[in-house]
Amino acid sequence: MPTVELETIKAATREKMAHLQYRVLVCNGTGCIANGARQVYNAFLTKTGACRNLVSVKTGDPCHMVGLISQTGCHGLCQMGPLVLIRANNGFKDVFYCGVREPDVAEIVEETIKKGRIVDRLLYTNPQSGELCRNPGEIPFYARQNRLALAECGLIDPESIEEYIQGGGYSMLRRAALEMTPREVCELIRDSGLRGRGGAGFPTGRKWLAMLEQPGKPGEPRYLVCNGDEGDPGAFMDRSLMEGDPHRLLEGAMIAAFAAGATVGYFYIRTEYPLAVQRVRQAINDARRLGILGENLFGSGFRFDCDVVEGAGAFVCGEETALLASIEGKRGMPRHKPPFPAQEGLFGKPTVVNNVETLATIRYIMEQGVSAFRRFGTVLSPGTKTFALTGRVRHTGLIEVPMGTTLREVIYEIGGGIPGDKKFKAAQIGGPSGGCLGETHLDLSLDFENLTALGAMVGSGGIVVMDEETCIVEVSRFFMQFTQEESCGKCVLCREGTKQMLALLQDIVDGTAELEHLSLLEETARAVKAASLCGLGKSAPNPVLSTLTLFRNEYLAHIERRLCPAGACQALKVYAVNPDLCKGCTLCVSKCPAGAIHGEKRQAHRIDVTSCTKCGVCATICKFKAITAA
Amino acid sequence: MNIATATHTQKSSRQFLRVDDILDRFHHNPAKLIAILQAVQEEYRYLPEPVLSYVATRIKIPRARVFGVATFYSHFSLKPKGKHIIKICDGTACHVNKSGHLLDLIHKKLGLSDKKRTTDDLLFTVEKVSCLGACGLAPVVVIDERVHPQVQTAHLTQLIDELMHEEE
Ligand SMILES: Cc1cc2nc3c(=O)[nH]c(=O)nc-3n(C[C@H](O)[C@H](O)[C@H](O)COP(=O)(O)O)c2cc1C
Ligand code: FES
Repeated sequence: MPTVELETIKAATREKMAHLQYRVLVCNGTGCIANGARQVYNAFLTKTGACRNLVSVKTGDPCHMVGLISQTGCHGLCQMGPLVLIRANNGFKDVFYCGVREPDVAEIVEETIKKGRIVDRLLYTNPQSGELCRNPGEIPFYARQNRLALAECGLIDPESIEEYIQGGGYSMLRRAALEMTPREVCELIRDSGLRGRGGAGFPTGRKWLAMLEQPGKPGEPRYLVCNGDEGDPGAFMDRSLMEGDPHRLLEGAMIAAFAAGATVGYFYIRTEYPLAVQRVRQAINDARRLGILGENLFGSGFRFDCDVVEGAGAFVCGEETALLASIEGKRGMPRHKPPFPAQEGLFGKPTVVNNVETLATIRYIMEQGVSAFRRFGTVLSPGTKTFALTGRVRHTGLIEVPMGTTLREVIYEIGGGIPGDKKFKAAQIGGPSGGCLGETHLDLSLDFENLTALGAMVGSGGIVVMDEETCIVEVSRFFMQFTQEESCGKCVLCREGTKQMLALLQDIVDGTAELEHLSLLEETARAVKAASLCGLGKSAPNPVLSTLTLFRNEYLAHIERRLCPAGACQALKVYAVNPDLCKGCTLCVSKCPAGAIHGEKRQAHRIDVTSCTKCGVCATICKFKAITAA
Repeated sequence: MNIATATHTQKSSRQFLRVDDILDRFHHNPAKLIAILQAVQEEYRYLPEPVLSYVATRIKIPRARVFGVATFYSHFSLKPKGKHIIKICDGTACHVNKSGHLLDLIHKKLGLSDKKRTTDDLLFTVEKVSCLGACGLAPVVVIDERVHPQVQTAHLTQLIDELMHEEE
């Protein structure tokens, strides 16, 4: 096969792009699709008759308006979706619309695309100043971010390898393969200080070097595995990267393979992410078609090929040794380390395992250099980190900020604060392996050292914001239930200990616990932490231990006063109708999903406590505020 | 092999033609067991026990290993699933936004529980899943592949009523 000429592809694509009068980028992240982005995309196609991909753009026909409508990955501001970005070639600035519905498309085409006028009602309004924002740079949510891994996520067509190459893609792979030795690449990444974004923060360059130095038999395969399992509930950064910019991930993986001396690669992606599976698969096929993947890359003699493996729904398979077992077609049981995967990994051969975001960051470091990368973040945790911001915060979504950004900046400046004038209570960070931060930690810089010191963890980067109406104890119980269900059962303390902890927490939430429960809970938590084999068990007690330190009073209230201060715990709540206020309108009778409310018209109603599910629908719909929980 | 099992195998090999296709596609490679089971489940909508035994024989690994894998991963089901699959997300974001109520509600409405996931008429299966990656829109419910964002109890009741109505 002739070696691929990136410049030729780049020039041809550039000419096509120059030919476009306008471009419409419709976010097709999971959130926006759920909100109807596919219909919006189709409406744009039918209303404009524009091209749907770069390949179909024909140059040399300047008489009529050539447009391109693309589906992109996640723009990040999920909650305001569907999101549409319009770029024009006539010198007019980008326009960013949110909450676009199918019927709005005709107006956008007539006004914005044909006449260059803005449709004000679809612009983002700054909640503080009331100002309309015309492009993402003016929106506080975006203005405070630094997007290195997410640089082009939402801005390019993830299914077009040509567009990726046009933006400079794969030239860093070529530089590595032609101008550098594997050791030089490893050392560059080591010097950048990049630490793995999959949770533990192990230095990436050192991991690659360890694998490079690992002797192997000539001719035997050595592996690179990309961990795209992302089992953390509440996290969707890796998903967004895989869906939004799969070539950046693939290029990073290939550079990693070159540096660490791997010849075969696997992308392990959970099956719950079908779009990510499809996009990464397509990226691999397109790269292979162009000769970017395969034998003798760029004439350098380096060869590499890869494939996608779908997970089958087990959180523990995110742990690297369990993940390798799963690729081998076995139960995903973690094993003891050492030997580390670099020594004895997939099928017993040297293997390097890296997280999606880690690999997606490589291109930036290669392109911009070590000092540019180190400009972001802290000395020991350089660079940026993506976070999934969810829970009780105004702008939920996907963000990327320098390591060391404070929680306050994340929640108030980027996230827009807590909705409904509620008070901030805590932020759970790092999922089931992480811990809780409270008000006193709002100005803490978020980095590996600080969080670990507090018994929390960067983890995969899920941040769940809780307000005064969320019960901390219940959330701890929730995480414990998750880890207990996901424990693979191999070691006793993890299997039985988490079960006991869950039972104790359940009692507290149910209002049947005694004071001894607390000491027993702490004791079990320490034991599980100390004696579990893998990170799942070792970190399972984190949410409990961190909340016991920070919010002990809340636990005590449940035990000593049978009271849930947040008013959230079901068992400690009884719904009742105040007969003095009830007008007998029967609205609640008809709306109660459990059929638990009885009563005649114009007479006070009654709630049957045995069939009541305490969903609270009645309390919210009652016009006379006659139903309350006590 | 006694006569009974011999005829059984003959009958099965005819029955399992489609499984054979799948096994061929993965070159009878035991390392591809998970992918094989995924393909089988796509075909049957669950993993029937005879098929699992058949797979074990054909790729020459112990039945225990096949069953071990099939029971380890939550994506696999050894029981038939209903015609409509309702997935209630109970990931952190959805949980904090009260997905628990949704699950209780739907369990009650369909007479199901954490243990009994499928209705006797095989119309509905309710699954609690941990995070669908659409947390910005919590709570999220997926009914037959369609994602419903920010679902409230009343809305869910209506969706299920519509489905039940359709089935009548
Ligand atoms: C229970 C458990 C679950 C994990 N889940 C993931 C995951 O979903 N994605 C991931 O990249 N790493 C996960 N990890 C961390 C991996 O074991 C491993 O450290 C990581 O993939 C290495 O990549 P990195 O060095 O690029 O961070 C998990 C670890 C444990 C103990
Ligand atoms: S927590 Fe429900 S989609 Fe993530």
